[in-house]
Amino acid sequence: MADSIEFTVSRRGMIVGGAATAMAASAPAEAQTRKSTMPADPPAMPVTLKVNGKAHALSLDPRTTLLDTLREHLHLTGTKKGCDHGQCGACTVLVNGQRINSCLSLALQHDGDSITTIEGLGTPDKLHPMQAAFVRHDGYQCGYCTPGQICSAVAVLDEIKRGVPSHVQADLNARPQASGIEMRERMSGNICRCGAYSNIADAMAEVAGAKA
Amino acid sequence: MKPFTYERARDAVAAARAATRPGAKFLAGGTNLLDLMKIEVETPTHLIDVQDLKLDRIEKTREGGLRIGAFVTNTALAADERVRRDYGVLSRAIVAGASGQLRNKATTAGNLLQRTRCPYFYDTNMACNKRKPGSGCSAIGGYSRQLAVVGSSDHCIATNPSDMNVAMRVLDAVVETVNPEGRTRAIPIAAFHRLPGNTPHIETTLEPGELITAVTLPRPVGGTHVYEKVRDRASYAFALVSVAAVVQKDGSGRVAVGGVAHKPWRVEAAEAAMPNGAKAVTATLLADARPTRDNEFKVPLVERTLAAAISQARTA
Repeated sequence: MADSIEFTVSRRGMIVGGAATAMAASAPAEAQTRKSTMPADPPAMPVTLKVNGKAHALSLDPRTTLLDTLREHLHLTGTKKGCDHGQCGACTVLVNGQRINSCLSLALQHDGDSITTIEGLGTPDKLHPMQAAFVRHDGYQCGYCTPGQICSAVAVLDEIKRGVPSHVQADLNARPQASGIEMRERMSGNICRCGAYSNIADAMAEVAGAKA
Repeated sequence: MKPFTYERARDAVAAARAATRPGAKFLAGGTNLLDLMKIEVETPTHLIDVQDLKLDRIEKTREGGLRIGAFVTNTALAADERVRRDYGVLSRAIVAGASGQLRNKATTAGNLLQRTRCPYFYDTNMACNKRKPGSGCSAIGGYSRQLAVVGSSDHCIATNPSDMNVAMRVLDAVVETVNPEGRTRAIPIAAFHRLPGNTPHIETTLEPGELITAVTLPRPVGGTHVYEKVRDRASYAFALVSVAAVVQKDGSGRVAVGGVAHKPWRVEAAEAAMPNGAKAVTATLLADARPTRDNEFKVPLVERTLAAAISQARTA
């Protein structure tokens, strides 16, 4: 970033540069020293991601999260940035079939991984069964948490099928059932500020062929 | 986030050697580290990603226990058939923590090294001896409802937030490491996490560059395994108090408590009183408790949670 400012000569660049110089002139000496010793941006690194079936070769600042890569570099804005701290679940995507918070992962950690976002689950013409069930059961209001909710819901049913245990399971050694209480517990990492939870549970129950 | 460089280590000793570089840190799942890097509580200048070190397997040990690779995810560990059958308290503790998404990413070693959730550690405008040694502790005299009641010091009253660690402590797990010279060692979990004392920023007995490669569990001890967690909501919240217990048919057993100290809290001497019930055990377990006005409720809560755990074990 620093480089591009130095070498781009434009009217806007000149004005910005001029203002910065003026500010620096009046800033205390300590701030100037800190500025000059500030580490430069680290070199970009190559990473290849397979997103919704399509391979992308990218060159990224190591700080770039998987979430920002999807939204800002691949322009797949279906995945949402809510809290950006792994607390709300709006950024949930599937990595090699498993759901994770894409905000708490660096893109570089996922070199060669297969990522499925809400755009890859279904299309407006051919909805994924979970997307269709959310529509049918009115499983959202504002819709901001919905892509994360749907990705998570798809993964939850798969986790139940694979026998991944949960906190509400009475017998750890029995196979978990797609019951209402199981699905609610497993969805606790997805927050819906509008409070569409009961409709989300209904949508999931329909897809699982169970009772909410 | 502050700038950093990134590498993927190809073998464990090379990773440990790379970690001796000032400002370097290991990166496993990243669910805790990246969160703290975003708010610049953690400011590593170099990350060593350990995902290619093939530390993602769970295998039997010659002694009849299990060796859990450092990179095994929380989900994989809780779901392992042998863990569910023989070390139920560990599965129970793991699924009582975090969310499904986080457990898919968080690793065994990362969970061992999870930083405190003390709000004063997170808030960079507050004094915190753990974040900035020597700066003081805003939590003491501050809002301390979530914080430690035992083993704390005048420098820090933070708690260890992990559920997994409480189960590891009750199971006498052993942490296996390799250092930059290639030497390995085995650290009993009791000697792994430190009390804050006057160096709360030093949380474990790991040495610079030392890499966790595995956690081993001894032979199964039988009994009924219970993890009882009390929190402010039914799911996806840190413990106010949690109890990991393994109770045998004759009423004897072992117990470790979470949410009360800088490390998973276990006092072996207290366990002799297990057949006499929760009150007797807690009296010894929390004999040195120094709660604050905000968290004095945790002392009776430990006793009641332990009573619930013992009763659950008896009816199981």
